Amino acid sequence: MLALVSPALLVILLLIVLPVGWLAWQSIYHDGFTLENYRRVFTEDIYWRSFALTFEISLAVTIIALLLGYPVAYLANSLPKGWSILILSLVVLPFWTSVLVRAYAWLALLQRTGVINQFLRYLDVISEPLALVHNTFGTVVATVHILLPFMVLPLYATMQKIPGDLMLAGASLGASPSLTFVRVFLPLSLPGVLAGCTMVFVLCLGFYITPELLGGGRTVMVSMLVSRNVELYNQFGAASAVAVVLLASVLLIFFVVSRVISLDRILGQK
Amino acid sequence: MTMRQHFGLGCALLGAIGFTTAAGAAEQITFVSQGGAYQAAQTVAILDPSAKKLGITINQDSIPDAWPAIKTQVGSGKPIWDVVDTPTGNCLRGGEQGLMEKLDFSKIPNGAAMPEAYRSPYSVSYEFYSSVLSYSQKTFPKDAPNSWADFWDVKKFPGRRALRNHPFATLEAALMADGVAPDKLYPLDVDRAFKKLEEIKPSITVWWTSGAQSAQLLNDGEVDMEMAWNGRVSAVAKEGAKVAFTYNQGILQSTSLCILKGAPNLDAAVKFLNEAVDPVHQANLPLNIDYGPGNPKAFETSVIKPERAAQLPSEPANASKQALMSYAWWSSPAGEAAEKRWASFMQK
Repeated sequence: MLALVSPALLVILLLIVLPVGWLAWQSIYHDGFTLENYRRVFTEDIYWRSFALTFEISLAVTIIALLLGYPVAYLANSLPKGWSILILSLVVLPFWTSVLVRAYAWLALLQRTGVINQFLRYLDVISEPLALVHNTFGTVVATVHILLPFMVLPLYATMQKIPGDLMLAGASLGASPSLTFVRVFLPLSLPGVLAGCTMVFVLCLGFYITPELLGGGRTVMVSMLVSRNVELYNQFGAASAVAVVLLASVLLIFFVVSRVISLDRILGQK
Repeated sequence: MTMRQHFGLGCALLGAIGFTTAAGAAEQITFVSQGGAYQAAQTVAILDPSAKKLGITINQDSIPDAWPAIKTQVGSGKPIWDVVDTPTGNCLRGGEQGLMEKLDFSKIPNGAAMPEAYRSPYSVSYEFYSSVLSYSQKTFPKDAPNSWADFWDVKKFPGRRALRNHPFATLEAALMADGVAPDKLYPLDVDRAFKKLEEIKPSITVWWTSGAQSAQLLNDGEVDMEMAWNGRVSAVAKEGAKVAFTYNQGILQSTSLCILKGAPNLDAAVKFLNEAVDPVHQANLPLNIDYGPGNPKAFETSVIKPERAAQLPSEPANASKQALMSYAWWSSPAGEAAEKRWASFMQK
């Protein structure tokens, strides 16, 4: 078994663990041991504002993705096999298009001369185009679209494992369909909710392309500070310190969540 | 770092592998620029003719932002690249940090003949572009905005505006809007510039980050006027969009050639550097792309027709209407402090 996984482990070690470790090392070592990079992250306003904005956006994206994704997963779970395959394929389909292309597609839809504004003006609903993009709103919309599959798939996997007999048992005891849902189905699907939310939230924390393209320059998320610091401070340490702080926050979230639910359920459905 | 930069670094590594296997033949160098139509134009105008004339092989590589790779390569002690075409500021701060070879201008006569403002101990200007005021001719069929003061005047020129999400050229534009003459900008009065920018900030719809984005904004009518690079605006105009720009109060910027410290093929690199700024090669560049030659002597050759010259940012009459960016100021401590201040300004 070990022989089989060792190539994969080697690749991970060489391409992920070593470079990330090296970057982390640079954040505290530059011509000697230094905490300057961290002092900057924890004392300058802009970092605090970016982290706060990043967490706000991630939270908003997670909630919206859950509200949109749960009914989709529920429907895929309750329909016959053929339909559920169709629904799941539609969910996964956008994966085949690059994130960059999808971001530009949203630009074409949302901008002042875009499809949505022109349609609303044609219907005379609005007289002036709405500011749908080049702001946080546009960023959130596109990010939700890109991350939605990461919500739907874990939800669906968890729902699949809820025995249908339990709903029947609830009904036979006289509960209405909505009561069986609230008292039986929903609690059993919570691990999926938690798994999906964690995935979406964590992925969103590191998003770069959508805020860069659709944020209009004002939506400065943490990933953009990383890129900016490489240019600004002429050394990787200044940038990797930001990344290390973000990574630490992600690990902290995983830790807290793992106290509630086993990590196996988030990382892979057993 | 962007995805593209990762890709570029990957290409650099692949290039390194190709390079070691090809070593041993005739003299060769590895030349790095920014890729795309720009590098293709150089290949036709400058790189292929230089290679032929000098009898060397020029291996090409490209990367959108060379700076992180320069740091890494020279830091490792074994750089792969020889000559880099990069924004002049990178050559200057690279020189100060010991990442660039100091040039011996006795071996670079073409560079030595260029005006002092066009070279530094580490670099020679390679090409010029300009940050100009561009506008939609649909919104402004006549009486178009013609100065940064007009751009700042939201009453006289209503409409949506965009600026670059970067202090370079933007601070210069703000000061010109506030009445500073184009040739009296440096050292920049940073406080005054940011104060002036605060004034226009509520009217800026988009702070763009890439040249492609600025072109899209203008092309789709997302904004009515913006600061953009002249080549981007003329490309949009060529495709039929009703857009135009003025060189008046443009900010003339350049990329320069510099040689990495410890470059593997130093001698050939110096020879190439001299050849690359040869007036005739330089004059051929604007025949292939909308950038001006880095060597002003190119305009004295008969290669560039007067009609074409009039469209170019570094043509003497156009250059005289513009401010020449001081990369020396931007890489000074005051310039670096202004760059750091930008992020706080954007977030407020």
